[in-house]
Amino acid sequence: MALAGVFLLVFLAVHLGINLLLLADDGGKAFSAAAGFMGTHPVIRIFELALFGGFALHIAFGVIVSIRNRKSRPIRYQHRSLSETSPFSKYMMHTGMIVLLFLVLHFIDFYFIKIGVVSPPPGIGRHDFYSRAVALFSDPAYSAIYLFSFLVLGFHLNHALQAAAQTLGLNHPRFTPLIKAASALYAMIIAGGFMAIPLRFTLFN
Amino acid sequence: MKFTLKIWRQKNAEDKGGMVTYQVDTVSPDSSFFEMLDQLNQQLISKGEDPVAFDHDCREGICGTCSLYINGRPHGPLKGATTCQLHMRAFRDGETIYVEPWRCGAFPVVKDLIVDRSALDKIIQAGGYISVNSGGVPDANTIPVPKPNADSAFDAAACIGCGACVAACPNASPMLFVGAKISHLALLPQGRIEAERRVRQMVAAMDSLGFGFCSNTYACEAECPKEIKIANITRLNREFLAAKLAAEKEQTGGFAI
Ligand code: HEM
Ligand code: SF4
Ligand code: FES
Repeated sequence: MALAGVFLLVFLAVHLGINLLLLADDGGKAFSAAAGFMGTHPVIRIFELALFGGFALHIAFGVIVSIRNRKSRPIRYQHRSLSETSPFSKYMMHTGMIVLLFLVLHFIDFYFIKIGVVSPPPGIGRHDFYSRAVALFSDPAYSAIYLFSFLVLGFHLNHALQAAAQTLGLNHPRFTPLIKAASALYAMIIAGGFMAIPLRFTLFN
Repeated sequence: MKFTLKIWRQKNAEDKGGMVTYQVDTVSPDSSFFEMLDQLNQQLISKGEDPVAFDHDCREGICGTCSLYINGRPHGPLKGATTCQLHMRAFRDGETIYVEPWRCGAFPVVKDLIVDRSALDKIIQAGGYISVNSGGVPDANTIPVPKPNADSAFDAAACIGCGACVAACPNASPMLFVGAKISHLALLPQGRIEAERRVRQMVAAMDSLGFGFCSNTYACEAECPKEIKIANITRLNREFLAAKLAAEKEQTGGFAI
């Protein structure tokens, strides 16, 4: 669970790095070059498989653990819990599921076109992700869904990084508070970074 | 003071049970929560009804016998205190108070508010001990213990095994309890010797008893009457991973992260 999650954390950072190239004012050259590299380099192809495995493992463990956790309290309390908890920690399944829904949409819009399962809309090449992204973000409804998904992913991530450190047994009087802060910072950078892209395309185009 | 009480009543383990509403008047703000329940029970007995059954023993916060999930929090609204240390002045006059038993599949209700917490004893039996007699008090400094370790072990040893951590946890996980026991023994030289085997066996016992898994919500730390720290769960995770990934001898048993 934690290891798969940490792997996904690294993936997200790389993905953001590439997507931010969309913001470069060069008509998509840098972004297309990076996307092309990621789409063809053999080492990256292997990582792609590992990534699918990582997601599958993380989701499978998440679902198994959540089901068992619900079963462990067959009779629930009448009064709602007022115990303080770490922010969003109770809602990892909810936020995870919304991220998963977004992933499905994301696959339909990009990956299935790339591997040729779905044909691209007229006038856009199969590997022309830049035009595809620009076209999608010109639709305010799509941008809204995108913004919402990344906000929710931010909530997932806010708890994720420091929870993974906890699960892996890392604790230190000085570093633990730093990891908590880093977790929130990471969540804000990832969520904010991804959200900047549709904002740039819808507001300034 | 006056209170409306909504209390879980259940005749025995088989009974379905349900919430019953009671009224208590003329409660002194200085009476303890249990004295208030004693007052209600007097009322019920004089009407020929069955008094409410609840667990209690020392009534001074050291034995871990008392429980009660009060208004959505184990041991009620007071931080760092057991139910027996809770006084009625912590509530508003006229307040409605929900009183429920600890809820966890591994803690079946025996009657009313009393649950069977022997699942925690089973975890202790799986490894929460030192197998050899460690003798009388040794001469000072013959067994050196770093001061920070002695302090942390002492803090962990404050756990009274009440199970509030399980009751508070959204997943009904006893990780704080197990973390406290593991830490208490693993930090001291006498307990260190069996630390590897202990953590494997106690975690296996915990997983087999129907508790949920920790998802790091930290509700346990917020509710523990002895303010046992989350760092004890981190230590448990660290000890567990170390025992699984690096051991002197091949071991049997599952592998899970
Ligand atoms: C890019 C996406 C994602 C990243 C980076 C990520 C990362 C993480 C991390 C690091 C944790 C903490 C693990 C721990 O507590 O040890 C976690 C927990 C969790 N994740 Fe995700 N996750 C992602 C997507 C998802 C999805 C799609 C689901 C869908 C079901 C999901 C469900 C969960 C659940 C239920 C937990 C809590 C489980 C527990 O701590 O026991 N996650 N996530
Ligand atoms: S860790 Fe705290 S809440 Fe859990 S059993 Fe020990 S004293 Fe009770
Ligand atoms: S009755 Fe002993 S701790 Fe409450």
